Amino acid sequence: MINLSPKFTQKLAWSSIWTAGVASVLILLFIIGYVLTKGLSAISPEFLFTAPEGGLSGEGGISSCIVATLWLILITMAILIPLGIGAAIYLAEYAPDNKFSRLIRYSVELLAGVPSIVFGLFGFAIFVLALHFNYSILAGALTLVCLLLPFLMRSAEEAMKAVPQYQREAALALGATKWQTVVHVILPAAMPGIITGITLCVGGVVAESACLYVTMGGSAAMPTSFLSGGRTLAVHVFYLAMETNALDKALATGAVLIILILILNFITRWLSQHFQAKMSGGI
Amino acid sequence: MSRYFVDRVSRRVVYIFGIVAFLILVFIAIFILKESLPALKELGIVNILFGAKWYPSKDTFGILTMLAGSVVTTLLALAIAMPLALGCAIFLAEVAPPHIRNIVRPAVELLVGIPSVVYGLVGMLILCPVIARLSGTGSGSSVLAAAVVLAIMVLPTITSISEDSLRAVPARYKEGAFALGATHWQTIHHVLLPAARRGITAAVILGTGKAIGETMAMVMVIGNSPIFPASIFRPARTLTGNIAVEMASATGIHESALFTTGLVLFILVLLINSIGLLAYRRRA
Repeated sequence: MINLSPKFTQKLAWSSIWTAGVASVLILLFIIGYVLTKGLSAISPEFLFTAPEGGLSGEGGISSCIVATLWLILITMAILIPLGIGAAIYLAEYAPDNKFSRLIRYSVELLAGVPSIVFGLFGFAIFVLALHFNYSILAGALTLVCLLLPFLMRSAEEAMKAVPQYQREAALALGATKWQTVVHVILPAAMPGIITGITLCVGGVVAESACLYVTMGGSAAMPTSFLSGGRTLAVHVFYLAMETNALDKALATGAVLIILILILNFITRWLSQHFQAKMSGGI
Repeated sequence: MSRYFVDRVSRRVVYIFGIVAFLILVFIAIFILKESLPALKELGIVNILFGAKWYPSKDTFGILTMLAGSVVTTLLALAIAMPLALGCAIFLAEVAPPHIRNIVRPAVELLVGIPSVVYGLVGMLILCPVIARLSGTGSGSSVLAAAVVLAIMVLPTITSISEDSLRAVPARYKEGAFALGATHWQTIHHVLLPAARRGITAAVILGTGKAIGETMAMVMVIGNSPIFPASIFRPARTLTGNIAVEMASATGIHESALFTTGLVLFILVLLINSIGLLAYRRRA
């Protein structure tokens, strides 16, 4: 067996570890750079504002996909935000420390790991078939609510738990009810964390594809209401790549997706830094 | 309306909201089982699980090849991702100077946010042609392409949980090793990694759960032929891909067989993640 000196193994290990760290950044830059350089040139007002032709042609733009994505964000968030924050309030403020609460928490963690396509099957069985919403934006949105709920709950609960105990005690000592304490003390203090969670969930709606592929029908036509089917930008990339030869359009749509994700990411970062500065410097 | 009344009502409301996640999990199990029943009754669980032939036109629905496809792709992806993820975790927890860490960590986190279809697209356009040239046959849609894409997709999961576990090791362990004259690498190798091994195991298991559930990127690069993954240069099909590829055209018993595929996937992922969560909780 070769006996290497500690100094040498240290050097060897350090260079491997640095390589791993740098490689992960390079992978990210490569993916983003590739999609943006190949895709941006095909993005024009015409591309953004005309509807795709659908079928096997791959011609046209992405206007109906943008509209479907916006509809989906709107409906998903309208249901998800009250539900997720309410559930997080229960877990953070009301849930007693017993077996039942542990079961609830455990199911949140398990739900977070269920694959998107399984949510899709579930959404197809319950929303598309059993509740007769058919292939629609509504069915997709409800499926997404189920998928994203554990993530919003987690970040909102964490944000509420980080509120110092003395703030609760002060409010209660002033005669506030528990609910008044939650609404007027805990939620405002936890708001930055909650908003970060919401922004991440918007990113989830934009990025998600598998569960929408089986619940929204994938029609390329412009959605007229939340009961019409449609395809989001992400699902459109899939159709273009798999069923047409319009890979340039797939890349352009992918570039739009990347830009949206980057914007959401910057908003999240800006929010958390902004609020941190405000909270530590304001007093 | 008295504030006490509001207090009582809101208590009930948040309680109901709180158990929704639990109810969704139960409903997923019930609905997927219910839709699977026709196939389970007609074909039997053994024929579905251990049947190697998937011919929807002949009402033959065996998912063994897809099960093998999912398992082989996932294991290969983990083998590729592990050194990189562990190196990255050590880099973030121990090695990187703060200003470098502030670049690398957001970059790794951003990898989570990139849509699955974008990974699939880049895999199709870059990876598959390279693999086609290497193997000399086919389009390059293969188990290897799927595994490489999947490795990048699970990298953030494994990295962040491993980093978290390395940071959870008490500082006195590290100080003790330094005081004994160990180099930084010796300390990491002989003290920190063994102390964090449960957390790192949890990271790998939870990464496995994520990998086995990945769908669209897999469909785009693996070729989707329902055959055994005999070579990493050949196409295969995953459980997730089986559902996505055929769902739109399936009816009757075929549709039920796809729900059975989903049921197997659901149970598999619940098992993997339960073990992973248990390991994560016992990491300290």
